[in-house]
Amino acid sequence: MENTLEKNHKASAAVRKIITYTGLAVWALMVLFPFYWMILTSVKSYGEYNSEYVPKFYAASPTMQNYLDAFSTVPLGRYLLNTLVFTVITTAIMLVVVTLAAYGFARLSFPGKDLVFTCFLALMMIPNELVVITNFVTITNFHLRNSFTGLILPSVTSVFYIYLLKESFSQVPDALYYAAKVDGTSDLRYLWKVMIPICRPTLITVGILKVIECWNSYIWPRLITDEQAYFLVSNGIQEIRENGFGRENIPAMMAAVVVISVPLLVLFLCFREKIMAGVSRGGTKG
Amino acid sequence: MRVLLDKLTKIFPNRNKKAGGEVVAVDHFCFEIPDGELVGLLGPSGCGKSTALFMICGLQKPTEGKIFFGEQDVTGLPPEERGVGIVFQNYALYPHLSVLQNITFPLENLKGADKLTKEQMKEKAYEAAKLVQIEELMERKPNELSGGQQQRVAIARALVKRPKVLLLDEPLSNLDARLRLQTREEIRRIQQETGITTIFVTHDQEEAMSITDRIVVMKDGKVHQIGKPQEVYDDPVDLFVAKFLGTPPINIFDGRVKSGRLIIGEEEVLDVKGAGDRDVTIGIRPEGFILDEKGALSCNLSRVEVMGRDVSVISTHENCQGGTLRSIIQAENKVDLSKKKVRFSLKKNKVFLFDKESGERI
Amino acid sequence: MEKDQYKGWLYLLPAALFLAVFLVYPLVDVFVYSTEEGYNFASQTSFGTGLYNFSYVLHDPYFLQAVKNTFIMVVITVPLSTGIALLISVGLCSIEPLRKLFQTVYFLPYVTNTLAVGLVFMVLFKKTAYSDGLVNLLINAFGGESVDFIDGPHAAKMFVMCLYIIWVVMPFKILLLTSAISSVNPNYYNAARVDGTSPFRIFYKITLPMISPTLFYLIITGFIGAFKEYSNAVALFGTDLNAAGMNTIVGYVYDMLYGDSGGYPSYASAAAIILFTIVLTITYLNLTISKKHTYY
Repeated sequence: MENTLEKNHKASAAVRKIITYTGLAVWALMVLFPFYWMILTSVKSYGEYNSEYVPKFYAASPTMQNYLDAFSTVPLGRYLLNTLVFTVITTAIMLVVVTLAAYGFARLSFPGKDLVFTCFLALMMIPNELVVITNFVTITNFHLRNSFTGLILPSVTSVFYIYLLKESFSQVPDALYYAAKVDGTSDLRYLWKVMIPICRPTLITVGILKVIECWNSYIWPRLITDEQAYFLVSNGIQEIRENGFGRENIPAMMAAVVVISVPLLVLFLCFREKIMAGVSRGGTKG
Repeated sequence: MRVLLDKLTKIFPNRNKKAGGEVVAVDHFCFEIPDGELVGLLGPSGCGKSTALFMICGLQKPTEGKIFFGEQDVTGLPPEERGVGIVFQNYALYPHLSVLQNITFPLENLKGADKLTKEQMKEKAYEAAKLVQIEELMERKPNELSGGQQQRVAIARALVKRPKVLLLDEPLSNLDARLRLQTREEIRRIQQETGITTIFVTHDQEEAMSITDRIVVMKDGKVHQIGKPQEVYDDPVDLFVAKFLGTPPINIFDGRVKSGRLIIGEEEVLDVKGAGDRDVTIGIRPEGFILDEKGALSCNLSRVEVMGRDVSVISTHENCQGGTLRSIIQAENKVDLSKKKVRFSLKKNKVFLFDKESGERI
Repeated sequence: MEKDQYKGWLYLLPAALFLAVFLVYPLVDVFVYSTEEGYNFASQTSFGTGLYNFSYVLHDPYFLQAVKNTFIMVVITVPLSTGIALLISVGLCSIEPLRKLFQTVYFLPYVTNTLAVGLVFMVLFKKTAYSDGLVNLLINAFGGESVDFIDGPHAAKMFVMCLYIIWVVMPFKILLLTSAISSVNPNYYNAARVDGTSPFRIFYKITLPMISPTLFYLIITGFIGAFKEYSNAVALFGTDLNAAGMNTIVGYVYDMLYGDSGGYPSYASAAAIILFTIVLTITYLNLTISKKHTYY
């Protein structure tokens, strides 16, 4: 009697487990398959790809030719370089601007601080799509289209990151500040020597989130650049799709897609924990 | 360095803006700390002792009054030009820096002619570390240290610039009981070795009494009494000071003076010549009771706690505030537990009379 | 130090400047634009103020198409993605081995360039001269007819679109739901198990109420995100979304601003304001509902 009960229990638990793992595996497959397909396609030769009515799940004779084409026929290297420059400069400037503002809010007391901070927080509600119109006109009027300045300027501040950093700064005990003051430490030196090292994890999180955002940004760069010399990868890939290789060269296009995707995937695998923690605290995509 | 506070006052706007008004955190402080003394600022929390300390080190500006270090008026000087070192309640060690880097941090701020080379800094840091006996810990991070060790690092950091005045803000409150005893002796030793004028803020009277040369008892921003610990204990100026000092605490009775006799309930307990007839509040130190079958004060015996050398007799009396009184007598005196009553006579110098209204000493 | 109070403003100055120029001023300006009738971008003149821009946009068949598309995407993707994410998260939290691996894999779409990976989806679904594409071959294998998902019927395009959107938004939802579920105090589960509660009842009576704040947060942000859908459509169907019949409201705004049909910031502003009136209304409704159903 007892034995059958126990058996039933064990059996139903096992069935549940099998169903769970199967479901999870199916979704994992759904996620991974596009990645697999793009890598697979990118190593098939042009002729091989087009001759397969029923595509094969393996490459008979893998080739790197498509990667060479991606860099030589279209300016993929240029796009990558542009994106790198854009990402690095934007993230760097943003970190400085945001750190200073967060420090101002967290550490210094000045009249009207609470009011200003409330206004700052209210700015978080403004959707990008509303302000992009005027920004486009502003940048155009300053003749900054097709320039890095025009690309970078509107994205060097983020109310949300100021908020995130301010929270982190506020957790540093006041006594540290007083101790530093008694020793004659200036505010800036305190920020540099104490605050930033202590809050480095948050700064890194903010930095990584910004890098991901920059690398994938599409709308603003599309509005502001129409010369290929200033295209970022997102625009570049659209350009490749539309006027790419002179003919529909899917394997070469996939090679370009792989090249564009790899940097962020590598970044993710290196900073997995940090990125996932950061996104759950401050991510928005979705 | 002699420290002189002259009518030092700090007024904060009330935090609750709707209530309006102001909070006087420190109210016309006047006292002098002679060179090389260890002085305890003692009072219950919220009495303004930390505010006073912050004004002395320059983190807060007084609303009124002046601060002198020696002959120099430092009231307007920023902290770094006063030559003070401070140890905070939570030590305020920089968590990302090693012990050595924490100790050299103040030295790195020196500019111009005072600027030190890396070697000099290290030398000074080791000097300070040696004083507090933490030379073996120099490469560790603060979170790898025990509370007592962190405390020593904080003291070393405060001492490394050779301050004229050392300030300690509740330095023992984060330590466990055993470490507290050790550390307070350590602080005393360091202070005597260096001879630096030291101000020590605490709410623990035992701490203050045990190591300071002089204590300042405060309440609600006002100084109540200044003096050597024993003097203050033996001769409190008012009821607050009498109650605040001493463990176990003083026993308080309601009573009256009638024609030179002190009366508790119906019993005449003591001669008090010179005091006029009136109602009074009476404070009797626990050690002021003598077990005496013919004693004037009769109490209902509750129980006896044996503490080794001493015995604490706990009894009740209807005129005692709080109902129970605790007296401490030597263990040789046998208390007859079968009896319901116990009688005491009183030591005159352990009995204090206070005005019933103002709490002033009579 | 109390003297240098105004130094505080200096630290805020850079951020304040950027925000004023690129966030506050544009917000005001967009309302100005939206009421300037006949605004000419080249000469920067207009010949009157009024609500004509709104009326134009609301009568533009492209805009109506975009609104219709957007609503379909919202209605399909938000419930589906949230539901599947919930299922997956519950599954994830109930297993021990391989959990980390699955979590890592599920997160991958978040860090990919959606414009680029969209091309892979396009390749998988597109019917070309050489091949019907992998998905069509699968359909054929089950006895179905090939459909052109990229250049074919609207419903087929919408199917791919929604599938891709779900693929893209899942990582964020799974991440938040998993951390919400795993932060439920295990004592609740233990107590329920001692009482002999069935797993389904545990989920319905304990897990769901406990994670309801996260769930509602995801639904609200999901609605907002889906209403602003644009670049995923570009990824699948190219920049000329009007021609493909797959334009979204945000896409309409940008097309009005720039591109082949561009040069009309006034129409763009009007459309953007209409979009955010819709989003605000929906968010308000969501918040009202979620307040009633959040259990603590």
